[in-house]
Amino acid sequence: MSTTLTQLRAEDLHHEVLRPRSWKLPIALTVFTLVSLAGFCFTTPAGATSRVAIATGNSWLGTLIWSLPSQSALVVLTVIMAALAGAGWWASLRRVTRVGIVKIGSWTSVVFGICFVSAFLVWAVAGRGSVLQFTSLLSGALFLSVPLVFGAMAGTVCEHVGVINVSIEGQLLAGAFMAAVVGSLSRNPWIGLLTAPLAGAVIGALLALFAVRYWVDHIIVGVVLNVLVTGLTSYLFSTVLTHNTAVFSSTVRLPTWKIPLLSQIPVIGPVLFVQNVLVYVMYVVVILLQVLLFRSRWGLRLRACGEHPRAADTLGVKVNRTRVLNTILGGAIAGLGGAYFTIAHGLAFGKQMTAGRGYIALAAMILGGWKPKGALVAALLFGFADNLQNALGVVGVQVPSQFMLMAPYLVTIFAVAGLVGKVRAPAMEGKPYKG
Amino acid sequence: MSASATPGPQLQACQEPQPQPSRWREALKQAASSSWLTSVLAVVIALVIGAILIAAADVRVQQAAGYLFARPQDFFGAAWNTVSGAYSSLFQGAVVNLTSAHSFADVVAPATKTIAYSVPLIFAGLALGIGFRAGLFNIGAQGQIILGATLCGYIGFSWHLPAGVHLVVALLGAFVGGAAWGFIPGILKAKTGANEVIVTIMLNSVAVFFLGWLLTLRSFQIPGLSRPISPRMDTTAGYPHFFNTSIDLGFLLAIVAAVVVWWLMERTTLGFRIRAVGENPHAARTAGMNVSMSYVWVMVISGGLAGLAATSQLLSAPSQQLNVDIASTFGFDAITVALLGRSKPLGTVLAGLLFGGLRAGGYLMQSATGTPIDIILVLQSVIVLLIAAPPLVRSIFRLPDDDRRRRSRSAAHARSLRHEAAT
Repeated sequence: MSTTLTQLRAEDLHHEVLRPRSWKLPIALTVFTLVSLAGFCFTTPAGATSRVAIATGNSWLGTLIWSLPSQSALVVLTVIMAALAGAGWWASLRRVTRVGIVKIGSWTSVVFGICFVSAFLVWAVAGRGSVLQFTSLLSGALFLSVPLVFGAMAGTVCEHVGVINVSIEGQLLAGAFMAAVVGSLSRNPWIGLLTAPLAGAVIGALLALFAVRYWVDHIIVGVVLNVLVTGLTSYLFSTVLTHNTAVFSSTVRLPTWKIPLLSQIPVIGPVLFVQNVLVYVMYVVVILLQVLLFRSRWGLRLRACGEHPRAADTLGVKVNRTRVLNTILGGAIAGLGGAYFTIAHGLAFGKQMTAGRGYIALAAMILGGWKPKGALVAALLFGFADNLQNALGVVGVQVPSQFMLMAPYLVTIFAVAGLVGKVRAPAMEGKPYKG
Repeated sequence: MSASATPGPQLQACQEPQPQPSRWREALKQAASSSWLTSVLAVVIALVIGAILIAAADVRVQQAAGYLFARPQDFFGAAWNTVSGAYSSLFQGAVVNLTSAHSFADVVAPATKTIAYSVPLIFAGLALGIGFRAGLFNIGAQGQIILGATLCGYIGFSWHLPAGVHLVVALLGAFVGGAAWGFIPGILKAKTGANEVIVTIMLNSVAVFFLGWLLTLRSFQIPGLSRPISPRMDTTAGYPHFFNTSIDLGFLLAIVAAVVVWWLMERTTLGFRIRAVGENPHAARTAGMNVSMSYVWVMVISGGLAGLAATSQLLSAPSQQLNVDIASTFGFDAITVALLGRSKPLGTVLAGLLFGGLRAGGYLMQSATGTPIDIILVLQSVIVLLIAAPPLVRSIFRLPDDDRRRRSRSAAHARSLRHEAAT
């Protein structure tokens, strides 16, 4: 992928030093190109068409349905993929990062991924009467990725300050519980939305207490806190919530807002600007974190505590205080995401309703290279895979749903083994500062 | 284990003969700063927190709380009744049955149930313990159990072998299935440096979907039915039971596994290498050990042991079936078991028995008093959290710190004083 720190340094110092060759990217791209060729191109009957609805009624373009000749579309996409794979081989062979005007970097994989997924979609709906609703596919993916994005943001904040947050799952669950119960008690989703971060913050505070104050291994605390929250919420659900359903488990729902004008932009309008309130909150959180983490005094100090706590201490930053406060902040962000499971859908709380999303959020953060931007993209990818099987189910495609559900996890394993090997985690994460 | 006992306070006391204020006070001080006391106190705190939760969720207690100041005895009486009822049924479900027993077998029946419930926890706890001691955080016991169950189950219902042989082959299948699933994060860590925590978490989910997909195949379904549930296991693959109780060969195997793990870790070169890698991988590499291969070995052994945990689900009772929930939550419970047992075989067996007892008692408590079994999760996690942070327990009970901790703290204090003086 992109050049690493050590490679850059080597280049700066001695221009004669050759870049190390890495074959992971070209091999991976070639494998997927072959899959596309054999799996999609050769299995599509000639003359079949794939119908995709690009824009729907309310946009400036009106309703727009493309009828693509499936085989030609697949060949075009596969050729693009083959070209990118070839560029990858060339770059590795000649030890360069640029082939013509094409820079071989992380966006190469993104473009390749988009082509591969498009090829899959074209193949999946080829020759079927039904139309693939492209906008609803994307907006569903965005909505499904909301808890993952919040969780990944929480993870990003905590890891940059030096605390590994495995308890995202527990924070989401606590947030979901609090939002549902308070929302039900007050009959007001907004009050539920405000209290969800408090529940997450409490779990964050416990994590900080054990990890920062008592130097317990961060992963151990995180896992055990997840068990604690699961037990606590399930216990309260089976006792208090089920004894008095009318008071504690009545449903409230956050509204869906439609931003005027913006929502009428073709394709992206209905995806980005006709969404649940929580999605708009998510935009704000991601943008704020991306800017503040890398462009503000708060962010600099926070990252210093995760990279080199002794240096931060020497410059007068109170390391453990910073760690505790920001871990609590991270917990609050994840708690906010927990509201997605209950009041964003208008659902009552259910036992273990987060169903492992906290762990996927952790994966999204790592796949995104510990950056809010990257984590957002990774979370969207996971949300997309999650939504894809719903969408394909509607169209009537028979792909074993288990493999669709498995995909994000497999992608993460590949990424951790291959791509993320070069993205660096904060140096001192998980190490207590005993100064 | 006893052979690996750390040179504790006794040894230090022998080396420093001079100040001898009073033998009793010394002994008391040692007892107060021992790790056993913290473990006991952690259990006590967990039970107190559990009691508060049980009382708070009870309807009668809530009603009595409404007029707390008018008649406080009502409130405390109701709380006492609820909590003591729940805990006594927890005890009777886990240890001995005192109320409705007709024979000796009835009296000890709960204890045998506890032992039966503890078997998968011990296997998986041993598995994770090995990983912890090598510095690997294997969260993937859940997935490894599922793969062990898949292979064990497939052998159990589709290969029709003679009794005895069938059991051995099924056990091997469970071990191989788990070991194969453990090999993946091991080899990835060794070859690419992939973080084993992430890989094992991902593999847990992959395992669930993989088994879910297998169960949609004809060969994994009962002929004629298209439900995601396998045919019944052959009785030839079942564990023999002892004395007509819930205790079966599985428990004996778990104990044997614990002994083998102890022997492996304390008496073999591989075990020494694993511990060295866990203590300090850089030093181990400098000493000429192959750190990468150690990771692979640890994950394979760990995965295999976790796979064996599946056997108690499939082979203990006759005619079990393979389904997606076969692993229950054993993989995650095992993390708390290994932590409570401090990753040592004897500790893991005891911790497994404790949590097995909580589970067995929890079921009786749920049916007898209506207290949901979920409270057990709260007890378990509070115990483990507190045991992981002994200073917290000490500060709650105002116990003396052990010397090491005090020294490090005074050093830190001195450093901070110097730091302040400098600035």
